[in-house]
Amino acid sequence: MGIIKASKLIYDYIKRDEDGNPDGIKRAVDQVDIDIEAGQFVAILGHNGSGKSTLAKHMNALLVPSQGTVWVGEKDTSLDENLWDVRRTAGMVFQNPDNQIIGTVVEEDVGFGPENIGVPTKEIWERVERSLDAVGMTLYRHHSPNKLSGGQKQRVAIAGVMAMKPRCIVLDEPTAMLDPNGRREVIRTVRELNRAEQITVILITHYMEEVIEADRVFVMDEGRVVMEGTPVEVFARTAELKKYRLDVPQVTELAWELSQAGLPMSEGILTIEQFTEEIMKLYRQKSGA
Amino acid sequence: MIRDITIGQYYQTDSLLHRLDPRTKLMGTVVFIVSLFMAGNWLCYVLAAVYLALMIRLSHVPFHFIVRGLKAVVILLLISVGFNLFLTGGETVLVQWGIFRITLEGLKQAAFMALRLIFLIMGSSLMTLTTTPNQLTDGLETGLGFLKKLHVPIHEIAMMMSIALRFIPILIEETDKIMKAQMARGADFETGNLIQKARALVPILVPLFISAFRRATDLAMAMEARCYHGGENRTKMKPLQYEKRDRLSYLVLAAYLAAVIVLGRML
Repeated sequence: MGIIKASKLIYDYIKRDEDGNPDGIKRAVDQVDIDIEAGQFVAILGHNGSGKSTLAKHMNALLVPSQGTVWVGEKDTSLDENLWDVRRTAGMVFQNPDNQIIGTVVEEDVGFGPENIGVPTKEIWERVERSLDAVGMTLYRHHSPNKLSGGQKQRVAIAGVMAMKPRCIVLDEPTAMLDPNGRREVIRTVRELNRAEQITVILITHYMEEVIEADRVFVMDEGRVVMEGTPVEVFARTAELKKYRLDVPQVTELAWELSQAGLPMSEGILTIEQFTEEIMKLYRQKSGA
Repeated sequence: MIRDITIGQYYQTDSLLHRLDPRTKLMGTVVFIVSLFMAGNWLCYVLAAVYLALMIRLSHVPFHFIVRGLKAVVILLLISVGFNLFLTGGETVLVQWGIFRITLEGLKQAAFMALRLIFLIMGSSLMTLTTTPNQLTDGLETGLGFLKKLHVPIHEIAMMMSIALRFIPILIEETDKIMKAQMARGADFETGNLIQKARALVPILVPLFISAFRRATDLAMAMEARCYHGGENRTKMKPLQYEKRDRLSYLVLAAYLAAVIVLGRML
């Protein structure tokens, strides 16, 4: 069993009318089976309303399954006695950077998590220093979060989670509200944590560029996991991705269009470097022949 | 313009008063206020003035910052002086004009009242000027910790206060944004009488409230995700600890209070 495992997970939102009576249900997550190995960088892709955020909230026991089971660090999330263990194993970073920072000073916010789980004062300071260092925000430790850019705020939020020493970080569209620079900043930080600290990362997003370096990609649509594999495997199925209203990275798209037009491009081109290499190969073949 | 509003009037500098434990400062302010109400004669006021001047010197806060706090209470000050001046009875009549009469006792009473209020405002502004809102909440939480035994949710109250402080600038910015968005679509906040102006604010308040509630839900979820479960079994990153300077301050404070009591009995 991996660090996070879901088996036949179903989650229903109960819609209510104005008097609060149940008025139909919406199935947000439908029969999902996933198993995530410790240390991996996993991306979950999906269009709005595909159920990816609902799935993410199950990994931190913010939601518990309507049917099926989720295990985090081999603990069943639906049991009350496991609640704090689950939340310490899997930290969570949310979309809106303003709405998840509690402290009025950066270092105090990073210390909030360790305070909650009863870490002794001296160790809180060590953890705060380490976490701020890991996300490269040590210089800003005495600043007010209001004065930081979106990308910096998200890095503070990541540091806040890191300070609780989780084995796994779930990021629920952490870059959706950021500009391209902030997006790069956050993704670079997350990747670095995954590499240097062997933290399992589950990145939920709808930006294709962010998943290129993931170990595994899940694609969700209407509550189901519809595709699964390495980024190369997933992006090779361009036509299928379009069906789920997802774009492939620009170069992949261009390569796909070229191969549709009859050029013998190989599949699974994800970066500009790979693309130029491929074109050069074709060019040499042609001029050689 | 709306972003210029500052809440809590902290003055950033380094001084002995800034470094004191917030509990010491809270206690000091309370004792100072009590001493003002115990002051029976002018000697006590002289002592209070000297004491206050000394504290202001120690705080390194420019004097005009402290006086600024008085502007807000000028009207209150005038009213209370007026009442004391005209309504205090007494033997020695100084001025008689129709039903208005100023007596020596009234004059004295009014002067004391004015001094008392001025010193009170200055003393408490000195505390807020030298203590960050966060330290203040911390000081209240620890200082009033004994209330927990009476089932007063003091940790929760302090947490709410510090979250409110954190969100004030965010909400102000949001108000600004909504106002601009409404103005871009032709809303008019400038003209009309008071009622019309008040009515024009409704389209600002409704989205502001909705967004505040949404933020609150998000924040609650983020706090839960970080294992927040109230004040129980919680440790502190920056626990308040009394230093030598705090113990000395308490001694000074006690000496001052004793002096006021003694002087009050002398004349």
